[in-house]
Amino acid sequence: MIKLFSLKQQKKDEVPGRAGNQKKASAAQLRITKDINELNLPKTCQMEFPDPDDLLNFKLIISPDEGFYRGGKFSFSFKVGPGYPHEPPKVKCETQVYHPNIDLEGNVCLNILREDWKPVLTINSIIYGLQYLFLEPNPEDPLNKEAAEVLQTNRRLFETNVQKSMRGGYIGSVFFERCLK
Amino acid sequence: MSTTNWNGRWFHLRKVLERGGPLAHPDFQASNETLNFLLDNCKILVVGAGGLGCELLKNLALMGFRQIHVIDMDTIDVSNLNRQFLFRHVDVGKPKAEVAANFINERIPLANVTPYYAKIQDYDQDFYSGFHIVVCGLDSIIARRWINGMLISLLTYEEGELDPSRISCQQMYSHADHFVLTAFSFALLCGSIIPLVDGGTEGFKGNVRVILPGMNACIECTLDLFPPQINFPLCTIAHTPRLPEHCIEYARLLQWPKENPFGEEVAIDGDDPNHISWIYEKALQRANEYGILGVTYRLAQGVVKHIIPAVASTNAVVAAACALEVFKLASTCAPKLDNYMVFNDTDGIYTYTYAAERNESCVACSQIPKDLFFHENARLSEVMEHLSTTYQMKSPGVTTTDKQGRNRTLYLPNVSSIEERTRPNLKKTLKELELKDGAQLIVADVTSPNAIEFHLKLHAQMDT
Repeated sequence: MIKLFSLKQQKKDEVPGRAGNQKKASAAQLRITKDINELNLPKTCQMEFPDPDDLLNFKLIISPDEGFYRGGKFSFSFKVGPGYPHEPPKVKCETQVYHPNIDLEGNVCLNILREDWKPVLTINSIIYGLQYLFLEPNPEDPLNKEAAEVLQTNRRLFETNVQKSMRGGYIGSVFFERCLK
Repeated sequence: MSTTNWNGRWFHLRKVLERGGPLAHPDFQASNETLNFLLDNCKILVVGAGGLGCELLKNLALMGFRQIHVIDMDTIDVSNLNRQFLFRHVDVGKPKAEVAANFINERIPLANVTPYYAKIQDYDQDFYSGFHIVVCGLDSIIARRWINGMLISLLTYEEGELDPSRISCQQMYSHADHFVLTAFSFALLCGSIIPLVDGGTEGFKGNVRVILPGMNACIECTLDLFPPQINFPLCTIAHTPRLPEHCIEYARLLQWPKENPFGEEVAIDGDDPNHISWIYEKALQRANEYGILGVTYRLAQGVVKHIIPAVASTNAVVAAACALEVFKLASTCAPKLDNYMVFNDTDGIYTYTYAAERNESCVACSQIPKDLFFHENARLSEVMEHLSTTYQMKSPGVTTTDKQGRNRTLYLPNVSSIEERTRPNLKKTLKELELKDGAQLIVADVTSPNAIEFHLKLHAQMDT
């Protein structure tokens, strides 16, 4: 037994130049490559990669074709950290939107982005989650409390407000920029 | 520095190493050479010089290990002093690795600890392949995953197949514990397996595991075992706070990016008292609005930095178990921990040891890199063709890693914006794409649960 160790010791002392010091992709990088190559985008969604070599930072554009937000175009930024998939990516909405679950700074309240994230989830799961937010805004857990209250008490007014905001205009004292397609 | 041993210093080690016994491993051969190996040759890397690191260094050095190297990127904070006993008040602000190494070298005769005040990522395969055993006392999952990935990347395979000796290792491994160390020593002879002993603590809980890269469950295999980071729902933080933590998260996540109190794009620095004071005051205001008690400066710092109180006794137990495993691995004097021990001293003392299973589709250790043989003038499209025919892939995406370790996308068919910009690569030759012999290609395809690693074997002359 001891001889094996001494053999190994000799080896360690004399050969530092191992075969090729090729940098290896991290586990997070391997996983995101897989996630990205297997994206199965609904036809309402588009991805934009500012740098095709950087699979960790990208944008998602959602153009809902039904529901309150039909006709609008909403952009989300994704930042995938080295802790992926142990930690979820950071997602922000870059389009100002009148929505119960998205605040005016672009923070998004989607359970799988924070408290319910699991490593088995993928970028695709988040995309479906975000798309669902536009089809079924959830007034129960609001980030934009005003919008949520309107949705709960007066669906018609909410619909009008969404339309107004997407065309570009004021809802109360907040100005929304036009985001129609 | 004392340069002499006291009389009978190795008396107890000799009892263990120079006699056989019913509890010794069947493969163990009593010999006086083992002690010399531990003293003179065995090179150990201690990763982290914090709560566990201080204990580990002390334990290993007193046990007789001399070629100890320690790496830590951190400096000493006053809050470390209660348990990181190699540091004194005058050391606050100095690098942990250097102060710890000096202390051990001064205090323990013939100890030779080499410090590295650096990030683990600053060193490459040449550095890590120089150790017999790596032992980690880390508080970061990212760092664990990195070390794990590094040690797995040191495994050598022959022509895309497991080294023949390694296949027999694995067969033996699956049969009986008796063979484990035979297999293990075999692999050691092959030289590519570096055992990783990983300790971790969180308050009154801890764990120790022994990882033989490529042979048993690795960090990535059991990634789901790490407790998830506690994240509160954003809507609760924004509108229905109930806990002091909710108020602190409100200040950190919503107020900070809005108000940028220390200038645009200035991120929160958990070690900057001004930043923490700002968070604390904002959180306190909010807590008062909602009648929530318990927001303190310390809690604010704790939440911002994700601090989990460290308990000195838990660290001591976990580090002792790690050091013992290092000793067993280095000397073969007893069967090693197989392979995951949990420890809990919240209420009484509880331990449980079990063999964590390998994940068949682990992204890190189930990968046996396959070789791809091509002429350097072959075009990327030929490689893609090969992947579709030989490996029956449907629409493979291929990336590689450059010298700086950054990703480079060669071709990714499924995302139109990337496809358009990488399409010209298909017509380029591997030489034009600056792919060298031995380059790592990462191939992702729906037909496999993970991205697959290939090694490019290039030749300049066409073989017949």
